[in-house]
Amino acid sequence: MTEAVIIGVGLHPFGRFPGKPAMDMGADAVRLALADAGVTWPQIQGGYVGSFEVANPDAIVGKLGLTGVPLRGVFNGCATAGTAVALAARAIETGEHDLTIAIGLDKHPRGAFAADPSVAGIPSWYGQTGLFLTTHFFGMKINRYMHDHGISHDTLARVASKNFRNAAGNEKAWRRTPLTPAEILASPVLNHPLRQYMYCGPDEGAAALVLCRADQAHKYTSTPVRIRSTSLRSRRLGAFEVQSPSFPVGEPVVSPTVDAARDAYERAGIGPEDVDVAQLQDTDAGSEIIHMAENGLCKDGEQERLIAEGATEIGGRLPVNTDGGLLGNGEPIGASGLRQIHEIVLQLRGTAGTRQIPGTPRVGYTHLYGAPGVSAVTILST
Amino acid sequence: MTTAQRPVAEGLFTWPPSASEPLRLIGSECTACGLVSFPAASDCVRCASDESKTRLLADSGTLWTYTTQNFRPPSPPYDGPETFEPYSVGYVELPGELLVEARLTEPDPGKLRIGQDMRLTLVPYAVRDDGTEVMTFAFAPVEESAQAESAEEAS
Repeated sequence: MTEAVIIGVGLHPFGRFPGKPAMDMGADAVRLALADAGVTWPQIQGGYVGSFEVANPDAIVGKLGLTGVPLRGVFNGCATAGTAVALAARAIETGEHDLTIAIGLDKHPRGAFAADPSVAGIPSWYGQTGLFLTTHFFGMKINRYMHDHGISHDTLARVASKNFRNAAGNEKAWRRTPLTPAEILASPVLNHPLRQYMYCGPDEGAAALVLCRADQAHKYTSTPVRIRSTSLRSRRLGAFEVQSPSFPVGEPVVSPTVDAARDAYERAGIGPEDVDVAQLQDTDAGSEIIHMAENGLCKDGEQERLIAEGATEIGGRLPVNTDGGLLGNGEPIGASGLRQIHEIVLQLRGTAGTRQIPGTPRVGYTHLYGAPGVSAVTILST
Repeated sequence: MTTAQRPVAEGLFTWPPSASEPLRLIGSECTACGLVSFPAASDCVRCASDESKTRLLADSGTLWTYTTQNFRPPSPPYDGPETFEPYSVGYVELPGELLVEARLTEPDPGKLRIGQDMRLTLVPYAVRDDGTEVMTFAFAPVEESAQAESAEEAS
């Protein structure tokens, strides 16, 4: 099977852009990715475009060129971008296309996500009575995890502080003001034990990747980044997942992140010990901590020591969310996972500037988690 | 004056609770594999059977995890009072049945702990313009509900 490689990346800044439609941000990101790859829009043979807010993101062809290209809209909760890149890669791997694109764009209103629970297959009373908040899940999951594995409030604050510090060095990040752990611990509790500055916020932005067949990459770039594997899993019965009015008793069942990670490692022939830099879904500081273990990058409970030692800092043994993650960038759902891959590509090319991790990183890892219990993992290498 | 009350949804819990039919959550049990579900579901997410029977769930269990809600949730879908009072939510493990997500009567996280005994109750989470209280299910720490009952008896 032919392998897919990334030859171009483009990122529209994440944040708030009054008056600028999501589609325009998406088109900007595509143009950056095309320029980075050294290709033109008419050369693109197919692609996938993800969005939550934009009903027809594939209409972006109206801004880029009506070439007749098959462009399919995708949506898979917070794993939307993981889905877009997986399908764009698959189209190359199966020989359908030689040159594809993955695009993500979104423009969310301020504040916590609000929706009718019925869109998630959940009864109305769940929303009416104030249970339909994804933030509850994150608060409850880390609260239980802290109880079981001895994670402290200070560690939550250190994670958030690190991500804001990393974002400060990222000109495309939204939250670029560094905050100390003490400042984070002084912010109001939103959902115990999580505080205001431990949560990411929905915002706006776009990203795009140009992919091609590995055996043709030399035509475009000397630094292709290989897509070693992509994996997506949904929740299994018995797992504790977001927006669940109930779940069965019994032996604990692992999250879809564990399932997706295992599958992705196996198919890549790469183990967690090989990962040089990781981008993990940090909807909140607790999620980053839990996802370190769920992605196999450490054992449950080891995070307390690893984070205290600075292992996840840019200069550490396992840098996590070097571009500021979701905490620093916010979450335009459709674009978020492509922003993660954009950062990994810069790191593997050695062009991440002040955020560049030391040495010669060869393996990068990205992970998404979201409603209704779905995870996507992408493993990349030089 | 008696305050009119109504449940937030039919078929969620026994209503109105009485001595002969005390407060219970209304779940379902798959007739093929026995999986217990809440809210009641006709389709089984374990064996895909589409036949189930009603099952009243246990009215007590232990607190598996919890969090607080310190800001007013977006409306819609939330239709509680404009003047917001923080509340707590958690999962209570009903032994041998399931873990159910619910509001908790104790808003102070310092007074909640994982493993705590909890008992089912009702709370008026919203009051309509005509004064009707809209009731939903909640779990109360057993110590707290015991105190409340003794206070009620004393008055």
